[in-house]
Amino acid sequence: MQYAPLKPRRPLASILDAVGNTPLIRLRSIERSAPHSRIYAKAEFLNPGGSVKDRPALQMVQEAVADGRLTRDRILIDSTSGNTGVAYSLVCAAMGYRCTLVMPANVSQPRKDITRAFGTELVFSSELEGSDGAIMLVRKMVAEEPDRYFFCDQYGNPGNPRAHELGTGPEILRDCPDVTHFVAGVGTTGTVMGTSRALKKYDRRIRCVALHPDDAMHGLEGLKHLASSIVPRIWDAATLDEHLTITTDEGWDMADRLAREEGLMVGHSAGANVAGAVRVARANPGAVVVTVLCDGASRYLPVLRW
Amino acid sequence: MAVNVRIPTPLRKYTADKETVSVSASNVGELLQNLEKAAPGIKERLVDESGNVRRFVNIYVRDEDIRFLDGVKTALKDGDEVSIVPAIAGG
Repeated sequence: MQYAPLKPRRPLASILDAVGNTPLIRLRSIERSAPHSRIYAKAEFLNPGGSVKDRPALQMVQEAVADGRLTRDRILIDSTSGNTGVAYSLVCAAMGYRCTLVMPANVSQPRKDITRAFGTELVFSSELEGSDGAIMLVRKMVAEEPDRYFFCDQYGNPGNPRAHELGTGPEILRDCPDVTHFVAGVGTTGTVMGTSRALKKYDRRIRCVALHPDDAMHGLEGLKHLASSIVPRIWDAATLDEHLTITTDEGWDMADRLAREEGLMVGHSAGANVAGAVRVARANPGAVVVTVLCDGASRYLPVLRW
Repeated sequence: MAVNVRIPTPLRKYTADKETVSVSASNVGELLQNLEKAAPGIKERLVDESGNVRRFVNIYVRDEDIRFLDGVKTALKDGDEVSIVPAIAGG
């Protein structure tokens, strides 16, 4: 192993300065499934909170503090399936704000343990109603006590896609200026909307592809079947060139392949993203496809207790 | 033997929006068969071509995951509550 000469570097002012600027990794083994194209994935699991959600959480909180929507007297509240919750918890802890999260009761135990470790309060919605049940419960709580909470609203807050327009997109262009396609799954839709905007601003010919789970009852945690869900206000299908559907099995199988062949142990939504990137790469020989590894698989393992 | 099956939102299109469906069955496998009669189309979402419960579908009997009981052979008693729990979507 050879080390590059060390460049001067200052200590970070806070853990929040470690959000973003993630490496872009070429997937050489996975590329064999699309031999005439290149595939790159942005390693968002290397954010300090362990997922891509650190970016929107930090952006939304900083904007809300700057314009006075979030103060020390109010509690930040939102609904989340987990990763945004971890990110909000980390950001609020580091900046000294209080945080309450509404999650479906069936989120994994590690998510509950991690968010609570940051000092966050948790409220659970029905495990049968998924993320939409959590959205409805948080809206009710905010309507009942509007002065108590700052409702961050990741599904409707323009700071969510803006984090990707200002961060993820420009980083991709810096690391891979010859990108021809960007592929990302839809959850809140912040990643695909914001990144696509930045790429399109740079070169309108870059094709931006949204991936959708194939059915309302799917197993790609973090992705949303928009046709059967509350559609996020930040979603704007017209920004995108193409829409693909992906099955749970494709995402799960690709997550297994990424661990075994690339040494990347990632979650199922990241697996779905790479499976979608492979499809786009095969259909467009010569393409340079970029996608996002949303989080790591360790988040889905049971936490050891002793 | 009648058991109550709790249906998650994404599958309620098969149950005319009903949150619970009463089905008679002596084990989970039989329950899935009989659920299909009460809610046509639902079984394909829960079980794959070879008859196994899809790996991302979680079925709980009396709040215990059937993976840690006897799978589809898990016995059911009158009045048991069975929950079908989906993965978590979006953000």
